[in-house]
Amino acid sequence: MNRKRPRSPLGRALGLGSAKDGIQQWWLERVTALALVPLTIWFAASLVAHIGSDYVIFIAWLRTPIVTILMVLLLTALFYHTALGLQVVIEDYVHSGMKIPTLIGIRFGCFALAVAGIFATLRVAFGG
Amino acid sequence: MADPTSERTRPLSPNVQIYRPQLTSVLSIANRITGVVLSGCAVVLVVWLIAAATGPHAYAAVQGAIASWIGQIVLFGATFAFFMHLCGGIRHLVWDTVRGFELRSIYISGWAVVALSVMFTAAVWAVSLCMAGWNR
Repeated sequence: MNRKRPRSPLGRALGLGSAKDGIQQWWLERVTALALVPLTIWFAASLVAHIGSDYVIFIAWLRTPIVTILMVLLLTALFYHTALGLQVVIEDYVHSGMKIPTLIGIRFGCFALAVAGIFATLRVAFGG
Repeated sequence: MADPTSERTRPLSPNVQIYRPQLTSVLSIANRITGVVLSGCAVVLVVWLIAAATGPHAYAAVQGAIASWIGQIVLFGATFAFFMHLCGGIRHLVWDTVRGFELRSIYISGWAVVALSVMFTAAVWAVSLCMAGWNR
């Protein structure tokens, strides 16, 4: 340890603490949160406006370009934010050997769900 | 699976169970709990979109599940969790600008989060029920 590098060699080897990009996760959680404020309010308002609508009306709404774009943006920001948020929860409470497998599982799950949601939205938008 | 905490016999800090719950601590953990709840809602969102892409029958099945009484209870809880996390999240974003850290401000914003979450949830459900009656 010295003044320039106030971390122990073991801490560095284990990848603990910041490696100059430690702020990135914290920052992206805020950026995605900021994006989700208008996107989720838009989505909630749209859902309320479509109560009682049938399948045809709902599909026609989802096919409008602006709605398709906003839905893809919502899914992207939502699952990015979800992955980061759940990661923090796991890091804080899970200290067993399950920690790393759970973190990897959350990443895989969030990416898979985001891709599935975006694919479904685009299929509705471009489908016949 | 070896649990490192089971080997320790000394009480560990913080002893959350002996502290009186306060607005600050309750809202802090509520933000996490609602975040985890909303993660589950995000899964439902994807299922709903996939059903819409699959066709009218799949969509009707998902809509039917949401319209059932248990679906409506879950949806009501999800609405409250959403507004709680939204308001709590905005409170956090304000804190991130290094504003509102005085004890008085923290309690004012805390109670505002509680009040607004309840009000928004009630308002959305009131409008939704009116819309449902109107469209029927």
